Amino acid sequence: MTQVLQENRENIGKSKLIQGRKPRWTWIACLAGSLIVASAIMAVVGFNVAGWAVLTALFYVVSNYAVTRIMENGRKATDQLWTNLVVGAFLVALLPLISVVWTVLSIGLPGLLAPGFLASDMTGITGAVDQASVEDGTAILGGVKHALIGSLVMTLGATAISVPIGLLTSIYLVEYSRGGTFSRAITFFVDVMTGIPSIVAGLFAAGLMLTLVGPGDNVMGFTAVIALSVLMIPVVVRSTEEMLRVVPNELREASYALGVRKWRTILKVVIPTAISGIASGVTLAIARVIGETAPILVTAGVAVSTNWNLAKDWMMSLPVYIYRQMMFPTAPAAPDASEQRAWAAALVLIIIVMLLNLTARFIAKAFAPKKTGR
Amino acid sequence: MSKRIDAIDFNVYYSKFLAVEGVNISIEPKSVTAFIGPSGCGKTTFLRTLNRMHEVIPGARVEGKLLLDGDDIYAPGVDPVSVRSTIGMVFQRPNPFPTMSIRENVLAGIRLNGQRISKGDADTIVEKSLRGANLWNEVKDRLEKPGSGLSGGQQQRLCIARTIAVEPDVILMDEPCSALDPISTLAIEDLINEMKDQYTVVIVTHNMQQAARVSDKTAFFNIAGTGKPGKLIEYAETSTIFSTPREKATEDYVSGRFG
Repeated sequence: MTQVLQENRENIGKSKLIQGRKPRWTWIACLAGSLIVASAIMAVVGFNVAGWAVLTALFYVVSNYAVTRIMENGRKATDQLWTNLVVGAFLVALLPLISVVWTVLSIGLPGLLAPGFLASDMTGITGAVDQASVEDGTAILGGVKHALIGSLVMTLGATAISVPIGLLTSIYLVEYSRGGTFSRAITFFVDVMTGIPSIVAGLFAAGLMLTLVGPGDNVMGFTAVIALSVLMIPVVVRSTEEMLRVVPNELREASYALGVRKWRTILKVVIPTAISGIASGVTLAIARVIGETAPILVTAGVAVSTNWNLAKDWMMSLPVYIYRQMMFPTAPAAPDASEQRAWAAALVLIIIVMLLNLTARFIAKAFAPKKTGR
Repeated sequence: MSKRIDAIDFNVYYSKFLAVEGVNISIEPKSVTAFIGPSGCGKTTFLRTLNRMHEVIPGARVEGKLLLDGDDIYAPGVDPVSVRSTIGMVFQRPNPFPTMSIRENVLAGIRLNGQRISKGDADTIVEKSLRGANLWNEVKDRLEKPGSGLSGGQQQRLCIARTIAVEPDVILMDEPCSALDPISTLAIEDLINEMKDQYTVVIVTHNMQQAARVSDKTAFFNIAGTGKPGKLIEYAETSTIFSTPREKATEDYVSGRFG
């Protein structure tokens, strides 16, 4: 007995189960080797970062496969190969995101930190003012207040229209339709609406308001609100529909069996159960339309001063502001000022979208049905 | 309060498919009636027609008469919602509302219907219903916790408490113990025995011992083959069904010589 124990103790660390495994540091060795080989090739043909990274990745995948195949077996090597390819695909997918965030952050931050950028609009900022501040090296004036307010007001308006329509549509589809022709037609047209190019939505809204209120009066925030709603409704319908469909039928039946009416069951059982998904879906739809440029450009147009009123006058929005500042600088002779403002506005837009995404996650978590409570 | 149920020449359809054919049965008030039979023979389907839950499935309909204390619940103009508040139902899988606490689950039938009751009345109903479901002692200290945090057997008793909180006359149970362990099953069987003092109880079960233990009368359903309608083969005192059944098929089924 004691002897067996003794033998077992001695065998710890050389288990038969982990025989023939390559050491844990193999991948580091492979990576280092690939880096050296790639550097050597680059030194011969002339160095550039992209080629270096691609070559390193290539050598790493190949060498890792070969090493695993020799030291372990074919199955492990295939596993290693696909793991590397999947991780590689993920890194490639992540590259644009990191690049965009980094570029906007590094170029836009000075403009965002400029005093009064969020608190002032472009009233009185002429080409002469920009030229003077660039030439004298003083702080660049003008800001994003009108565009920020325009974006928020118009998106809020679009949300106020789209959410009730989208929610009621999906409730009809899931709870009442019973798969008839009408509901299939709705589903089909919602799918078609999802694919509408946003400029078409803008032209539709402009045309609609032109018919309703006549030329001249149709240029206003509300026209843009309609355009954004056209883009937002299908997204809300789709996401809400999915969320309502995953509510278990058992809960509806439990409620019916208690003698609860259908509309109360939907209002008090189905929607509260799905509310976290619905809320995060709506937030993502908002994030989706707040970045729209084309439909706002052809409806609400361009403005330099702050306008809170959806029903009157031109209205600025962040994407249009970025576009205008980049393409038509206020002072053509000194475009730096406008470019700085454009990058800062882009940063503001990205921050808003990220906040909306975070809000969606927070909402989803806060409203989710409590799973445990033991 | 407790009511009798009579089905007269009752057929149940899913669209064009005849699922249950020609049921004639009289269920006495303040009794426990068990439905037994092989899977797919229409026990659950028939049970769900008793409180008009059947018709929430698209295309489902019935023919014939179903009398609750002499009133046809399928007569034109009868509101299915009022039928369901008189005839409660407990499902196969425990299904407490996940968004609600234990207390809210018990009060669900009242609160969801928009009735306003004082806190004192609510407390009384919660305690009475949970005591009625033999669950009070286990949950009285955590009424505000989510109902989905309970064990399966406790959840099922919570569902029973929720059902008796709306004071129905009849309680239907669709295999209430099939997802539970023997101890929880025993707790629910004891509960069924107590409940028949007040309610008419109808229970579907696959467990013949359970039918023998809890029920006063037993109905045996059978099906001639796939695609054929299920039929009520025999309906009698439970002791008769299990000892001296009239039909050969019943004897084969209860003695395990089925098929």
